[in-house]
Amino acid sequence: MRKLSFNRSKYGALAGLIGLGALLSILSPSFLTLSNIMNVLNQVSLNGLVAIGMTFVILSGGIDLSVGSILALSGAVLASMLKGGMPQIIAILIALVMSAVFGLLNGVFIATFNLQPFIVTMAFMTIFRGSTFVFTQGRPITGLGKQGIFVAAGRGDIAGVPWSGILLLACLIITAFLLARTVYGKTIYAIGGNPEAARLSGLPVKTARASVYAVSGFFAGLAGMVLTSRLDSAQPLAGQSYELDAIAAVVLGGTSLSGGRGFMVGTLIGAFIIGILNNGLNLLEVSSFYQQIVKGAVILLAVLLDRRK
Amino acid sequence: MKKLLVFVLVLVSVAALVTGCAGGGGSSKKIGLAVSTLNNPFFVTLKEGAEAKAKELGYELIVTDAQDDPAKQASQVDDLIQKKVGVILLNPCNSDAAATMVEKATKAKIPVISVDRGVNGAEVLSHIASDNVAGGKMAGEELIALVGEGAKVVELQGIPGASAAIDRGAGFHQAVDGKLNVVASQPADFNRDKGFTVMQNIIQANKGIKGVFAHNDEMALGAVKALEAAKLTDVVVIGFDATDDAVAAVKAGQMKATVAQKPALIGSMAVETAVKKLKGETVEKSIPVPLELVK
Repeated sequence: MRKLSFNRSKYGALAGLIGLGALLSILSPSFLTLSNIMNVLNQVSLNGLVAIGMTFVILSGGIDLSVGSILALSGAVLASMLKGGMPQIIAILIALVMSAVFGLLNGVFIATFNLQPFIVTMAFMTIFRGSTFVFTQGRPITGLGKQGIFVAAGRGDIAGVPWSGILLLACLIITAFLLARTVYGKTIYAIGGNPEAARLSGLPVKTARASVYAVSGFFAGLAGMVLTSRLDSAQPLAGQSYELDAIAAVVLGGTSLSGGRGFMVGTLIGAFIIGILNNGLNLLEVSSFYQQIVKGAVILLAVLLDRRK
Repeated sequence: MKKLLVFVLVLVSVAALVTGCAGGGGSSKKIGLAVSTLNNPFFVTLKEGAEAKAKELGYELIVTDAQDDPAKQASQVDDLIQKKVGVILLNPCNSDAAATMVEKATKAKIPVISVDRGVNGAEVLSHIASDNVAGGKMAGEELIALVGEGAKVVELQGIPGASAAIDRGAGFHQAVDGKLNVVASQPADFNRDKGFTVMQNIIQANKGIKGVFAHNDEMALGAVKALEAAKLTDVVVIGFDATDDAVAAVKAGQMKATVAQKPALIGSMAVETAVKKLKGETVEKSIPVPLELVK
């Protein structure tokens, strides 16, 4: 039975994406062009990266509201290191490790003291946002260099394919494998599905629970790098409400908010549904006020359809 | 995984098919307007002014709203490039973050005109914004008319180094230098609280002040409170920006005037400039938009 419902939600998300894509192709001649598909891939990469990390957390039965703030803080730290003249690759590595540590802070509080993920990550959302303001003095950090791996991450492309999109797809393949084929992945499913049973069967529940927040923080940091590169500046308000888009992508992709059920490819599809919706509504020249209503309605509809089974 | 593969194949083949049919260049009758936020009445009015002008001239205006998020704005500018608009009117959320957007549009051979806020680090076709120098001059001339030549006046300056503070101050001094006696020029950082304390200090140090010009309304309103507290209610106060609070204070007689930007005119001049460019005419590098005095 479980296998069956699994496949159905996969179909649902895919059908939604194809349907939406077909509809937009008919409505707007600029939609289904190669350059626009690459454009969408580039745009989706941010939310996609954050959503990959979010999938780990949600599968484990948790939620992470702090990703947008971690993204901003790590982007700001990265920018200041680059501005200080540190070699790009080292600065990026430091920023990514730091993001994972920031995320792990969430996990330590949640797993050790058995606290509600919603509250803990909400607290850290505020703490990290405040830290970003302190660090940046409320001003954007600019002047980060004109070439190299950092510039490629957000602005570069190879034969028209944006590096950020390639990064997203590479991360997708690695994490999908990690979840489906390794003991670590199976442990995450187990603690999300039935933590008590997982504990009794001797799985490292606490460690696994804490680790997913480090994973989530890491991917938020990766998205922070892409965004900082894309805007060639670190913005103190970067990443605000990204957690909501990421959660929406995960849920649209058929992953259950109560944990234990879902899959990584679905998240990517979910991120693409949101991205295509944003892009398509812009191409169709829908007023920005209506766009938000449409987006909300699509999410509502998707969740409703998902419940029917 | 297999299903995904099939899906991708279908998508790619459909894409190939449609791209084949959908060719054909964009129409140069389209202008994109990327607004920083439509949560602020100033920009809503700007957008309405632009829409009215586009309609009048028979051009299609595509408006996007970035809700003050530069990342969202970058995506929206990308989408406008995909739409192959003839010109992008960019009202940046942030002047520094806008440079990469301008570079991208320029690469796609779409000229960008910055509106209300400038772009740092990339070349735009033209910049359209309020003429703060003329506004400061206007305020200075009004102050002379109200207090008479030779009177003692005070200038409350904005954040040191901010372009609005520099321009408004320069215009003000063009008007009043040699005609009024500016006994104090001090920064109060565009802030109402600071306007209050700075004005209090100035009142302590100077007797017989007849007028105050503040680089924005917040400081002017702070000064009004300080003057009230010192029972100097006959001092003329002129502000800048025509915020709701300030216009109410002008009506109530607490302030004598405030300089208003004209967002609708900024929007309409932006569209006019874009149309000029599309028609192949040359456009000015910098286009100042006049202001008006509310009194």
